[in-house]
Amino acid sequence: MKTSDLLQETFFALTMNKARSGLTILGIVIGIGSVIAMISIGQGAQVSIQQSIQSIGSNLLVVYPGAQMSGTGRQVSSGFGTAQTLTLADADKIAQGVPAVELIAPETSHRYQITAKGTNTNTSVVGTTPSYAQIKNFEMESGLFLSEQDVRGSSKVAVLGPTTRDDLFGEGVNPIGQKIRINKIDFTVIGVTQSKGTSGFMSQDDMIFIPISTAQLFLTGDDYLSSINIQISNEKLMASAQEQTTAILLASHNISDPEMADFQILNQADILATLTSVTNTFTVFLGAVGGISLLVGGIGIMNMMLTTVTERTREIGLRKAIGAKKEDISRQFLTESVMLTVIGGVIGIILGMAIASVISRFTQVTTSVSLFSIMLAFGVSAAVGIGFGYYPARRAAALNPIEALRYE
Amino acid sequence: MLEVKDITKTYRSGEMETTALRGVSFNVERGDFLAIMGPSGSGKSTLMHILGCLDTPTSGHYFLEEKDVSELSDEELAETRKHKIGFVFQSFNLLPRTTVLRNVALPLIYSDIPEEEREKRVKEALKRAGLAEERFGHLSNQLSGGERQRVAIARALVNNPSLILADEPTGNLDSKTGRVVLETFQRLNEEQRRTVILITHERYIAEHAHRIINILDGAIVEDGFNHNQRLLNHKKP
Repeated sequence: MKTSDLLQETFFALTMNKARSGLTILGIVIGIGSVIAMISIGQGAQVSIQQSIQSIGSNLLVVYPGAQMSGTGRQVSSGFGTAQTLTLADADKIAQGVPAVELIAPETSHRYQITAKGTNTNTSVVGTTPSYAQIKNFEMESGLFLSEQDVRGSSKVAVLGPTTRDDLFGEGVNPIGQKIRINKIDFTVIGVTQSKGTSGFMSQDDMIFIPISTAQLFLTGDDYLSSINIQISNEKLMASAQEQTTAILLASHNISDPEMADFQILNQADILATLTSVTNTFTVFLGAVGGISLLVGGIGIMNMMLTTVTERTREIGLRKAIGAKKEDISRQFLTESVMLTVIGGVIGIILGMAIASVISRFTQVTTSVSLFSIMLAFGVSAAVGIGFGYYPARRAAALNPIEALRYE
Repeated sequence: MLEVKDITKTYRSGEMETTALRGVSFNVERGDFLAIMGPSGSGKSTLMHILGCLDTPTSGHYFLEEKDVSELSDEELAETRKHKIGFVFQSFNLLPRTTVLRNVALPLIYSDIPEEEREKRVKEALKRAGLAEERFGHLSNQLSGGERQRVAIARALVNNPSLILADEPTGNLDSKTGRVVLETFQRLNEEQRRTVILITHERYIAEHAHRIINILDGAIVEDGFNHNQRLLNHKKP
């Protein structure tokens, strides 16, 4: 039997009962469409996380106070970054002791209620040094970032994130020179950072930066840091720099057993790996949800094909009587089910992409449809056709022509 | 051209054994028009299935054009049916809601005949079966019973088979259209020397053939030339 004949026979068979074929295709459309849409959400999350990590800065080591999460569990771990073990002195020692350090920015961040001319907001106030902007790739929209002088002089100046500016002064207003009150202390606004987009889990646009000396002197009243951000000059030196930093901090904290360390160091690769594994799980989970509807669609195919085989028993008998072989019959029915799923698959891919773009347009969720997920969906739909069409096709092929011709 | 030698057929269902044919032998020459007649349960259907290569005998031999087809596999039987046998059934067995042309072309798609030749062959077969040309594009369900059976005859002819097997071809037709169908068989037999085997339970129908084999309880009880063949005039309708 020629392929063109096979396709023609299949086409006629499927158009014979348009409503039924249509509904069966719809089942596959929904299945494939939901797989594509779901995976696009997962992959969108992954892409946006990668972007946000790149926007944080490259070759970054971050030292956090507090115990290592892993280990023997002897220590009670309080909230991430809240332990009071790191000081400015530690930052200085790292800057001097690790040759690969290019920039270093200690930071102390806490949330405060901020007021400005009758408006108020609650956001995190980051006390840091000028190098913070370079390390984390912050650009200025207007004004200036903190300067060395500001830090040395414990100036009461503040740099606002664009979202914070919008909240306090309204969109597009230039707030430079205006006063804001943090914890009842007046600060002068000297700059606004450029938006980095609300990517990932934390907004980098909703922040206020003030000199670290000012923060420690007027707001926290102590010498402790919530993290030290270190930019390493070369990616290849990351591992050695991390080791050196660990050694310096262990020595300065008088700790001999590295397992007892009262700080931990994250590098960007670790963060990326962790978040990637989280989003991968997320993607697999979402894909599985879509996969269930695809499975239901596949069962629909099988149901339809079994009904068709029963209905067309006499036709199968006739085809066998005029010389069709088992192989001809099974190929014909298999082609019918694969045709159903492939048509459903193509429409489903289009539908899934449409859903994905609607989601990213009208909600905060970013989506991304990759070629891989399209290929996967297409392959899966063809496999569903073969898998769920195989049994009905075999049943049709195995019919005895004499009995099939007599079938009422 | 066709030789049946001491064929038996036994069906087994569980403990029960039923013998449908007990030692049937006969020959058919090329261009013969034979009627196999017998009441229901006589074994004529079983014999037809064996003659049509749909089934194989339990013992004995069946030679179709000098080839023993009594011990072939299912696939080999299908191959034999494809090239050597044309079936006409009581209930027509046309594809529903499908054009006449597609119905007749159906056997050709299984034997890889090129597209250009198909149409020629289909139209020729339809003309021989006596279907008016303006009906060629009609759907099978728009035709009358007599027309449907002629489409079925055309389908049986299209592969140029050695043997045409007609199983109660007039069973679903009134006597007038039945006559037209029988006339078609007579004409095909006479004008084109087609070998036709007609299976029926009615003596009246059987009497349209040259030769009648009467079968009862799985054995031949009468086999002879039909001296008073009912000849129908072969005017093309």
